[in-house]
Amino acid sequence: MSSLGLLLILAIYVVMLFYIAHWSEKRSHSKWTNNPYVYSFSLAVYCTAWTYYGSIGLAAQTGLDYLPIYLGPIIIIPTWIIILKRIIRISRVNKITSIADFISLRYGNSRSLGALVTLISIFGIVPYIALQLKAISDTFHVVTKTQASSNIFTDNTTYICIALALFASYYGNKYVDASEKRRGIVTAIAIESILKLVFFLIIGIYVTYFVFDGFDDIYKQASVLEDFDKKNTIGNLTNGLNWFFLCLISMFAIFILPRQFHTAIVENNQEKHIRTAIWLLPLYLLLFNIFVFPIAWGGNILFENQGLNSDTYSLLIPQYFNNNFLTVLVFLGGFSAAISMIIVSSITLATMLSNNLLIPYGFIGSLKNTSPEKNIKRIVLSRKIGIFSLIILGYIIYRVFILDYTLVSIGLVSFVIIAQLAPAFFGGLFWRRGSKKGAVTGIILGFSVCFYTLLIPYALGTTNSGSTFVQEGPWGIALLKPFQLFGLDYLEPIPQAVFWSLLVNFLSYMAVSVSFSGNYRERNYAEMFVDIDKYITNHENAYVWKGTANISDIQKILERFLGIERTQRAMTIFKLKYNIDKDNKIADARFIKFAENLLTGHIGTASAKIVIASVTKEDKISLPEVLRILEESKENIVINKKLTENSNELKKISEQLQIANKELINKDIQKDEFLDTVTHELRTPITAIRAATEILHDDENIPAEVRQKFLQNIISESDRLNRLIDKILDLEKFETGKQKIYLSKNNLSQTINNTLESLQQLIANKNIYVDFKNQSREIKAFYDEERIIQVLHNLFSNAIKFCESIAGKITIQLIENPDFVSVSIHNNGKEINPEDLEAVFDKFYQSRNQNIKKPIGSGLGLAICKKIIEHHKGKIWAESSKSNGTTITFTLPNYNTSEK
Amino acid sequence: MKKILIVDDEPNIVMSLEYTFKKNNFEVFIARDGQEALDTLQNHHPDIIILDVMMPMVDGYSTLEQIKKNPELENCKVVFLSAKNKEQDIQKGLALGANLYITKPFSLKKLVEQVQELIN
Repeated sequence: MSSLGLLLILAIYVVMLFYIAHWSEKRSHSKWTNNPYVYSFSLAVYCTAWTYYGSIGLAAQTGLDYLPIYLGPIIIIPTWIIILKRIIRISRVNKITSIADFISLRYGNSRSLGALVTLISIFGIVPYIALQLKAISDTFHVVTKTQASSNIFTDNTTYICIALALFASYYGNKYVDASEKRRGIVTAIAIESILKLVFFLIIGIYVTYFVFDGFDDIYKQASVLEDFDKKNTIGNLTNGLNWFFLCLISMFAIFILPRQFHTAIVENNQEKHIRTAIWLLPLYLLLFNIFVFPIAWGGNILFENQGLNSDTYSLLIPQYFNNNFLTVLVFLGGFSAAISMIIVSSITLATMLSNNLLIPYGFIGSLKNTSPEKNIKRIVLSRKIGIFSLIILGYIIYRVFILDYTLVSIGLVSFVIIAQLAPAFFGGLFWRRGSKKGAVTGIILGFSVCFYTLLIPYALGTTNSGSTFVQEGPWGIALLKPFQLFGLDYLEPIPQAVFWSLLVNFLSYMAVSVSFSGNYRERNYAEMFVDIDKYITNHENAYVWKGTANISDIQKILERFLGIERTQRAMTIFKLKYNIDKDNKIADARFIKFAENLLTGHIGTASAKIVIASVTKEDKISLPEVLRILEESKENIVINKKLTENSNELKKISEQLQIANKELINKDIQKDEFLDTVTHELRTPITAIRAATEILHDDENIPAEVRQKFLQNIISESDRLNRLIDKILDLEKFETGKQKIYLSKNNLSQTINNTLESLQQLIANKNIYVDFKNQSREIKAFYDEERIIQVLHNLFSNAIKFCESIAGKITIQLIENPDFVSVSIHNNGKEINPEDLEAVFDKFYQSRNQNIKKPIGSGLGLAICKKIIEHHKGKIWAESSKSNGTTITFTLPNYNTSEK
Repeated sequence: MKKILIVDDEPNIVMSLEYTFKKNNFEVFIARDGQEALDTLQNHHPDIIILDVMMPMVDGYSTLEQIKKNPELENCKVVFLSAKNKEQDIQKGLALGANLYITKPFSLKKLVEQVQELIN
């Protein structure tokens, strides 16, 4: 493949990525860019060219050793659901934009610690970037079958690298606020992650199933190669320890590597996206590793003893079979892996460089006095230059130092260096006592150990000096041999360095933290970090600050960086959030923290503090006082929580009260209606009695038979009055539960017959035919006979009253079921309005709908019947139709069968 | 001879009213609910109606509304005689155009006086 052709393909590929980034930047809120899958795949920036090519090289040379780098993350990722969520919350409320911000803020917003973390990161990551450039360059030459030119100006890869640096610096830093989300870049990274996996799987399938005859075939052929068994067994405890330390640093790496911190935390849009990432990312890593082994050993079989760079097997194999298409595809996958890492790492390193090193130590003074537009330009430009120079620096390192090392070894050194931030990072997350002095001591000592046990030997290795430093130790002291420090001779160089550096780092961090407690500001942030869940909603409350400050001074400073419009918008939001009076002129702790947060995205935490401090006068607070204030604010938060709970409870209760009140009002209305109707009903007989009595009283010459008639009136109306009172009292007894039912075993047919007999006269008067089906059958049931007679009497009276006046007929039907016995009384009279079928059992039922219509009868009879039947645990209902008259049915439980 | 129509569904009350008004030289007609009353009115054009409110089928208020719609009954006086004695019931009855609203129980003597006063 010609260089020009490959360059053209690369150009097209990069333009495509550029377009994707551009497209998704514009749609930063659409579900295409803002979803858990884009988030999860962007995390796969973890898989760099080192994974893509280096794993194969390592597997070919040493067997299974490529695995721990993936096992570590897979083991630790499930804890993200708790730990990563906390880190994201802390970072969100504090506008943290990098690992340097995170660590330095935790230890009292320390400028020097931020700078230290930045330096360590640059030290660890720039060689790593160099490694990616090396991968691009090496593979470019493999694909084009050219040799790297010793003159960097005639080497094509130099121009690729410059183009990459320009692309990254142009697209990587469009925003002055580093805490802004970069949806374009993230989406492009996610796409690249998918592409590199797909391309890797394609070459894996190609090698396994087309070049060879499946996994079995490769295994069979490889197993006869030299050292196969030895390389592919984990071996003894020593090897286990080697694995352990490699897993450990990769666990740390997935949290702390600046690019992982950036994609997982700074670019996190929603906490719930973590839920997808915790299964998708491990799955991704596992998929990536399926074909590493077949490709590596396939290469070993094909190119045995040819001395080729095993890192490039995935390119060499298709090339060997003249498959240009696959070769280019694999190259593009590797290129994707490399540039994702380069872009994300250089962006985050440049942010750290500007926010934690250049601005706080350099041009912070000049920033305060220029216009906002100029400030924004300068900050953005400084970051762009940062990105560009970091990539170019990486390229220089690659050209000068690491031409000869394999991808994996440089990558691991980088991991070990970054792992030095782990004690301060995780300590700060869980341990309140962790102090800045401890963190600084730990990092410096740990890094020094790394330097001694890894960097010096590597530097010596690249320069090929004849030093005996590694073999015999400095000045021939065997105990100080860098790879076998203090006689620890059974670990590999890297695990050994991990062990010593992290041990020293961790112990010194603990020891110094315990011995020298931090200042009040450290303690303040320690509380906010460790107890983030308590402060999440109004974290400004948790900030302790005392002193004098004017809002207007701070506002002026904010305007310098944010511009007038944004400043005013932010201040309005703040005042609304904390319900602060518009005319308030004195800034409190909350406002100081709020202002610092606003500036943090632009100039970093340390500079934000410095800028705000320049216009305020802070009083020193003693540590105990900080603790007291924090305790108070914590109590306040607890009290607030309780108050909210209480008020929620009150709300619930008041809702219940409202419902109860409504019911009471309804009952009251019902009661009023009832009373109304009762008085009306009572007045009617009284009116009749009064009128008749008046006539008898005033007219002495009244004829005897007329007198007799009126006297008869008085008697019947008095009886009516009495009956009414009885019924009201009856109903009242049932409703208040005072009425008792006395159950006894009776014959229902007999009871019905008895009732009918007492009504014989009325039935005869109206000439009604009574049809009592299965009259003679004995149906035993448990009921209060007196009460059931009352019911029957009422129902029969109604039936008689409403029967057809000519050819009236009443039918009685008795049915016995396993569950109940039922009595139906049918009359062939007129229909009850279907809407009223249920209402007839209400007391004075007609009164509810139309309180002027006259109830029929007393209006209480059926209501009482219903009560009696319900007290017997039975049911009563009415059915009616025009053609078929009206049937009232009631049931009683059949205790006979249930007792059986 | 003045004509009076008594509308009530309580036979014992009707009996007393009928007796008393007959004795006071009225020609008495009787109806047991609103519908019957309207029919009777068409045929006999009484001078005055004694109207109960709570009756089955058509109640007193609706009956009065029907009466007011008929221009032929313009001169017919209406007296409500009801056990519904709440202020709002009385107001409603008078608002519908009744000349008097008398609550039950009542004095026959006084009723006769008031009726006579109304029609003379």
